[in-house]
This record gives sequence, structure tokens and C-alpha cells, in this order.
Amino acid sequence: MLRIGHAHYEALRRHGEETYPHECCGVLLGRMEEAGRRVVTSIARCQNTREDSPQNRYQIDPRELIRIQREGRERQEDIIGFYHSHPDHAARWSPTDLAEAHWFGCSYVITSVEKGKAAATNSFELAGRDEQDKQLVSEPIEVG
Amino acid sequence: MSKVHIPGPLRPYASQQADVAVKGNTVGAVLLDLVARHPDLRRHLYTEDGRLRAFVNVYVNDEDIRYLEREATAVKDSDTISIVPSVAGGWHC
Repeated sequence: MLRIGHAHYEALRRHGEETYPHECCGVLLGRMEEAGRRVVTSIARCQNTREDSPQNRYQIDPRELIRIQREGRERQEDIIGFYHSHPDHAARWSPTDLAEAHWFGCSYVITSVEKGKAAATNSFELAGRDEQDKQLVSEPIEVG
Repeated sequence: MSKVHIPGPLRPYASQQADVAVKGNTVGAVLLDLVARHPDLRRHLYTEDGRLRAFVNVYVNDEDIRYLEREATAVKDSDTISIVPSVAGGWHC
């Protein structure tokens, strides 16, 4: 389960509206608690580096991830998930989302942006032990 | 010794450590020392034929080893090596 404050939740949804019709992307920082509960304490916007197909693909520059990770550690925060948008598509993971997800135990938050307005936002935990048996499992989002 | 930063998802295979001190003069040697100390990490970093998995990015400080000398890249004791699984996706099928 993912717990996120209202301001951060709205910020990641707004990010998808701002980059529409392109996908947005970013990092969720915070802490892992017991029983798979992840608590967001800050978010970091990232640039979508998939300039060849930004309307339906996203990628975060690993160098940006390292910087975010380093700055997070100085605040005792860890990377606990990521977010991106699906412009004019459902807030469900795609086969591409699953194939390119490698951070086990982290949340992957997807916001559907319909005609420029954020619609549904859903979260999925990357579950499994390795690349062969991984799956994105729907998880509740607690906002507030 | 150099320091390897382990991302959260891989810490269960590295005794829950965020940083592991390792020996080696090159990235390849450092990573081999890492998996010798923590054998459960091996299958997450390497394919069965011993190559680094394509989605595993390795940085020496802020430099991607793909743009240096890959696993032959020299490492000094003061360097930090980061293992960063890639983050990508999108609705495109």
C-alpha cells in the first residue's frame, strides 16, 4: 500500500497535465514500513528522456536518478517508487511498463490524463523475486 | 576499498546494506568482489552467461561506465560505484 500526502498526490497529477500530450515521469521518495507499506515524504520531477516517442514512452536518465538518490539520502529518504502518466490511455500498466520495471518492492504510480486533464491515478507494486516471475500488483493509495 | 551503493530492491540480497565496501582496481573486479561477498546478488546483476544485465546501469561517481571503459574502467579507493536499475515504460505496447 502507498501512503501519499494530498499536495504530493496533486503535484504528480498536475505534472501529467503539464506535459500532456507527452508522458511525465518522476520519483517517489520516502520510507518503507512493515508489511509492504510505503510512505511518500517527497517527490522529484524528472525529464522524460524518450524524445523519440514521448507521447507513449518514458525513461528517466540514470544520472538524474543517482542525483535524486543522493539528495534523498541526505534527508534520510529512499527511493520507494516512481510515477508516470498515460496520455489518453487508462491508468493501467502496459506490457511495456512491466517489461521495463526492475525496482522490486517499489510502487509504480500511473495517472491517466484525458484530453489534458488528470483522471484516474492507480498504483502497482512490482512484486516477485526476479525478472522471470515479476508482476505489477494493484495496491491501494491512501491520500492525506 | 571502494564503496558500492546498493539500491533498495537489491538490499535484501546484500544483508540489507545500503553501502558495501569492496576491493578491486576496475569496475569488473569490484563487482566480482561484491557478488563474492553477497552471492545472492549475482543473478540480479548478471545474465547466466556472465554479462551485466542490460537494465543494470553502473556509474562510477557520476559517470556511466558505458561511456568509459565499461567493466575495465579504473576504480580508486575514493570512488563510489552506484548500481541503478533503469526506470522506463509507457503505454505503448
